[in-house]
Amino acid sequence: MTTETAPVRLLLIALAVLFLAVFLILPVVVVFSEALRKGLSIYLATFADPDAQAAIRLTLLVAAIAVPLNTVFGIAASWAIAKFEFAGKSLLITLIDLPFSISPVISGLIYVLLFGAQGYFGPWLTAHGIQIIFALPGIVLATVFVTFPFVARQLIPLMQEQGSADEEAALTLGASGIRAFLTTTLPNISWGLLYGVLLCNARAMGEFGAVSVVSGHISGLTNTIPLEVELLYNGYDFVAAFAVASLLTLLALVTLAAKTLLEMRYGDSLATPTRA
Amino acid sequence: MRIRLTDIAKDFGRTGALRGATLDIADGELMALLGPSGSGKTTLLRVIAGLEIPKTGSVLFDDCEATAIPVQRRRIGFVFQNYALFKHMSAADNIAYGLKVLPRAERPSSALIRRRVQELLELVQLSDLGKRYPRQLSGGQQQRVALARALAVKPRVLLLDEPFGALDAKVRKDLRRWLRELHNRIGRTTVFVTHDQEEALELADRVAILNQGKVEQVGKPDEIYDNPATAFVMSFVGDTTSIPVEFDGIRFWHDGHPVDGTFGAAHDGRCRLYVRPRDIAVGTLTKDKLPGTIINVHRTAAGRRAAIAVGNAKDLIEAEIDITASLTVGAQVGLSFGKGKVFAE
Repeated sequence: MTTETAPVRLLLIALAVLFLAVFLILPVVVVFSEALRKGLSIYLATFADPDAQAAIRLTLLVAAIAVPLNTVFGIAASWAIAKFEFAGKSLLITLIDLPFSISPVISGLIYVLLFGAQGYFGPWLTAHGIQIIFALPGIVLATVFVTFPFVARQLIPLMQEQGSADEEAALTLGASGIRAFLTTTLPNISWGLLYGVLLCNARAMGEFGAVSVVSGHISGLTNTIPLEVELLYNGYDFVAAFAVASLLTLLALVTLAAKTLLEMRYGDSLATPTRA
Repeated sequence: MRIRLTDIAKDFGRTGALRGATLDIADGELMALLGPSGSGKTTLLRVIAGLEIPKTGSVLFDDCEATAIPVQRRRIGFVFQNYALFKHMSAADNIAYGLKVLPRAERPSSALIRRRVQELLELVQLSDLGKRYPRQLSGGQQQRVALARALAVKPRVLLLDEPFGALDAKVRKDLRRWLRELHNRIGRTTVFVTHDQEEALELADRVAILNQGKVEQVGKPDEIYDNPATAFVMSFVGDTTSIPVEFDGIRFWHDGHPVDGTFGAAHDGRCRLYVRPRDIAVGTLTKDKLPGTIINVHRTAAGRRAAIAVGNAKDLIEAEIDITASLTVGAQVGLSFGKGKVFAE
């Protein structure tokens, strides 16, 4: 039982609602109202612009590379951490969390320092005609780095809780290691995995800082959706900026809805999200 | 199949390590591995299964070296402590699993698999529940599905880890009897792990007692109970009470009083006498009895038990006393001993 009096309770609830409205609901409403301010046709015309289309394509491409990579990595890492004992395990867990604790700008700068024209491998890369920074590989690398922990963080507690008995049962029944994984481990983690992939994807498409450092901001070539939004906004093209931004907002809303749905239906088999 | 384990050692840096365990399991035998927690009994079972690779020692299956054979090719059936049923598969699919993962050349047709699954469901008396998922089954039913799943691959040996541990007392008794009948019917070598001595003595042909990673004694339940080889076995299996005694070459003494009885082989000097509480007779004090003072009397399920201080009251002994006997706390009594065992201290 709480001991607060009715007015105090009302005040606290009002504060919470106000806070939510100002910081969460209002911005979402603003994005859509600004985007649609001059009508639906102007809104849609934004997406006919080749630069906007290029940004959308690039974002989809980057996510299509980064998300599967981090899914595979996340499963492998959480499998290793949850099912085996080895030296340096806690170090590995800490390393997985690194992208959470580091500023995305630094994440981008690391790759510039390594692969940029003045970087450690710059001269060698230039000599061989390979461009990483200010091109697709750099954007992918930065995105992979930033979205590294999402799947693994989701799966580690889940797998630790489940132990290895199911896999061992499959092995004693004659299944190969890979068969045991596909028929027991994967079904056991499927909802947690989907959840992790959703979060990973949302971040991969929305990442600004790290990508901004390595992209070079070439509209129509190396601009992802968030970078295109910034470019349009700085060019005082507010309707277009908010129109493109509305795509990301929609993605966020869909992710949120899917996440809530998953939690409602499969709450028991999802681990508590552990985010830094 | 006969199993021969020789000098198995396995160290994890946690409990349950093995330190040179040796054990022979005869073909068709129902063997219990009994021991306290951390004695290594589950580890030994997992070594037989191939789920743990021993650091040293060898595992022979019918005189063939099996130590290096991977778990998938050992042809064993393993029932896990919490059954480890596949939650996303029906009971029938769980049972069919071992057949479905066979290489294509050995795999029966799906009609044959279905028939075999139905046979197994009947064997474990669950014919109508094949479509149920594990969460829709009771503990005892899950246990039997796990058993049917293990039997589906026609294993050469059936291994069960604490098979009745998670069940309530009534179900446990029924399943125990049922497992005994099943074993008699299919006659397959079966090894099960338990920490429950009653379960081991009632169910097994032979019992292996494990302690601190070693097999202390292997024998028929009668041998284990009536003729324990070590002090540990004696005190772990069945009720035991003990007092320090001294042997002077002729008879045993406790604190200046003679202690007589059938104690088997004698040890010189200081040793310890282990007796079952029911092998101690409590009566009036005479010259040839060990004097004692009743400290307390309490009821057990079947009778009454007295804690008696003997000698100079440093040592306590537990004795079974008659329900009708009128013994009060503080009374002076004399103890005489029937059967007992003396082990070095």
